[in-house]
Amino acid sequence: MLSIISILVASTIRSATPLIFPALGGTFSERSGVVNIGLDGMMAVGAFSAVLVSYKTGSPLLGLFGAMIIGGLFGWLLAFLSIHFKANQVVVGTAINILAGSLTTFLLVEIWGKPGQTDNVNYFTPWGPFNMFTYLALILVLVSYYVLYKTPFGLRIRAVGEHPRAADTLGVNVYMMRYICVILSGILAGIGGASLSIGSISLFKEGMVAGKGFIALAAMIFGKWHPIGAALACLFFGLADAIQTISMSYGLNVPKEFLFALPYMLTMLAVSGLVGKATAPAADGIPYEKGEK
Amino acid sequence: MTKKTISLLLALVMVLTLFTGCAKPAEQPAGPAEETPAAPEAPKYSFGMVTDVGGIGDKSFNDSAWAGIDKAAKELGVEAKLLQSTKQDDYTPNLGSMAQSVDLTMAVGFLFEDAMKTSADQYADKKFGVIDTVVDKPNVMSVTFKEHEGSFLVGVIAGLTTKSNVIGFVGGMDFPVIVKFEAGFIAGVKSANPNAKVIVNYTGAFDNPDKGKEVALTQHQQKADVIFHASGACGIGVIQAADEKDFWAIGVDMDQSAESKKNKVLASMIKRVDVATYTVIKAYADDKFNGGAANAIELGLKEEGVGYSDGGKNVSAELAAVVDKYKAAINDGTIVVPGTREDLETFKPVEIK
Repeated sequence: MLSIISILVASTIRSATPLIFPALGGTFSERSGVVNIGLDGMMAVGAFSAVLVSYKTGSPLLGLFGAMIIGGLFGWLLAFLSIHFKANQVVVGTAINILAGSLTTFLLVEIWGKPGQTDNVNYFTPWGPFNMFTYLALILVLVSYYVLYKTPFGLRIRAVGEHPRAADTLGVNVYMMRYICVILSGILAGIGGASLSIGSISLFKEGMVAGKGFIALAAMIFGKWHPIGAALACLFFGLADAIQTISMSYGLNVPKEFLFALPYMLTMLAVSGLVGKATAPAADGIPYEKGEK
Repeated sequence: MTKKTISLLLALVMVLTLFTGCAKPAEQPAGPAEETPAAPEAPKYSFGMVTDVGGIGDKSFNDSAWAGIDKAAKELGVEAKLLQSTKQDDYTPNLGSMAQSVDLTMAVGFLFEDAMKTSADQYADKKFGVIDTVVDKPNVMSVTFKEHEGSFLVGVIAGLTTKSNVIGFVGGMDFPVIVKFEAGFIAGVKSANPNAKVIVNYTGAFDNPDKGKEVALTQHQQKADVIFHASGACGIGVIQAADEKDFWAIGVDMDQSAESKKNKVLASMIKRVDVATYTVIKAYADDKFNGGAANAIELGLKEEGVGYSDGGKNVSAELAAVVDKYKAAINDGTIVVPGTREDLETFKPVEIK
């Protein structure tokens, strides 16, 4: 019995790790008032850049930095279009997802000369049952909580997301705060992508993100836009994944289709408000117009 | 105002990237009418292949299929055509455009079944070949494998290699072709080592290496020390887990020993897709093309359509000798390897020393 529990816990944490980074990213972005639907695409470009840089340099650490830079760049793109040009945030986010999918597919063939997947590259080999990303995720959850709730900077982020006009009146630069948060969400999603491509395994495969950005988005809502809540929600989804794997290997007589659908069903139940009302930041998704009456 | 125009333009450009995938494949075959007058002597044979989503370069199924077609093409002195599918929706249109330009269209994979039925009716005057599934149409020649026989042999290897008496099986999607691997493998393990237990997992996909790795790690935590996969690209994750945690993986379809950096691929269950595609083209060239389910070909151990390989030199001579005895027993009918879960239940393990 004890062994089942330890297997379940380890598998839960491994499955949750790639979700935690984009969930934190989404928390920052939405706390500042920008909806980031593009997390999934940012993860994909992050996963791809990590493998590309590791392939070219042989260093997974540089690969991680590459993922952060490219993820941040895509975050900047969302910020530029939705803050500077006040484009509809959901539309821009969706466009980023589509762009990321096509771009990685295209570059994969250009660089590796074959469709489907890249060669194996150097990656972060695990320390004990987990790889470095799991420990990093834990640290970042605590840091995010501290920054958002215990620093003046975090207070400004939340103010900008709840009532940008009031924050602006008091001298907070609404645009800059939002830029910082959205770029940060891109960087975090990039790390999430890297945790898949040079953490979980060691190559990039088309479609490997497989909607994890959206599950992270659901986890953020489920976790009520709070870093710790979001991380716990990620663990909950990880648990659903782990139950799927483990109940099958212990030969429980449950239809496989049901088990495969379990994580997604839980996601839907969570988002449909089963766990109490989740309230988004008041100005979430609304572009801020300076000097508007 | 200008800001709005620019943002509209940028959004438009991004949305347009949506359509990049819709471009027609470059090698859209030209109509036969344009080709025939140009060539002084029309080649006697024309054939081509449509890949599944794995595509050429998968180091497995499609590459192997193409190798057989290429071999046949060289022997016949013609050039085979190739059309890659990037998603499942491409199957029917790709089969159609291939059939318009060649006499014999080959497709590989269980997932082609429905597309093949449609196209065979639509192009009733053309010939088709399909591997891994049986399509009952007069103009479709089907070749399947006795994957269970090859899996039985690697099951024997696993059963005699395990120290923990726990062995893992990782399948892709739970459908009849993959169940053949599962049933044959378990029968092999039970025959060689009645005390061994087999943990069975399905990943629900063929293209999700991190899921494959997670499943393998979980099985290893349950003490599995040999894991056989029949899960396409998920197997990359299984082999990587074997490298990290120092247990044995068993490859599938082709020799996968090169996938492991630490030589942790114990053996690979080989499925000669190249033999299958070659057989169909050969039949077509020799005028022995026979369609319909009654004429479907099944390649087993005896036909050397399946087997095992040991690219990493991890199977000892004694072990190989035992496996050969089992092989002989299957060939002479002493052992009938189960290919379904029902047959597995009634299967009596046969121990051969």
